[in-house]
Amino acid sequence: MIAAVMVALLVTMVVALVRAFAGPGLYNRILAINVFGTKTVLFVAVAGFLFGRPEFLDIGILYALVNFVAVVAVLRLTHHRDHVDENGEEVA
Amino acid sequence: MIVLEIVSAVLLAAGALLVLSGSVGLVRFPDFYTRVHAAGITDSAGAALILLGLLAQGAGWATGVRLLIIMVFLAVTSPTAAHLLAHAARRDGVPVWHEGDPRR
Repeated sequence: MIAAVMVALLVTMVVALVRAFAGPGLYNRILAINVFGTKTVLFVAVAGFLFGRPEFLDIGILYALVNFVAVVAVLRLTHHRDHVDENGEEVA
Repeated sequence: MIVLEIVSAVLLAAGALLVLSGSVGLVRFPDFYTRVHAAGITDSAGAALILLGLLAQGAGWATGVRLLIIMVFLAVTSPTAAHLLAHAARRDGVPVWHEGDPRR
């Protein structure tokens, strides 16, 4: 059962990478990389159990922290316009 | 502990199903906001179910506490990241998809 979960996680990571390459646009790529990071945390945890080395969970904790901080840091740099209306047109 | 093994297998299978459904949504949904919906919801639920399934394998206190730490942290940060992402895209003027629009 753990191996099946690992296969599901690998499939999801490949799909997230495809979405990150296909885009379109900046935010789809950030979203895909965020999904990839979350799945990496799960993958590390599951791999620790599969190989009988639960100490891998420390790496998972660290990766979760780094992933969240990285997404927030990238999003701080993406604000270009502050006021937009329903169709995405700039208001003021 | 056959009961714990069955509980663990059920939780792991449910988590794998949610993770896979999230990946399907990431490919098939038509625009950015719908993809945030698919990724955000299935991220938090799938991660929690998989980590609970690992917890039910019964590997001792140190491992269990670490799994709980990861679970709490992902439960806090995953919705926060999804909200920040959608909010930043809205502020940046990414248009909302309506029925009949082309996929983007």
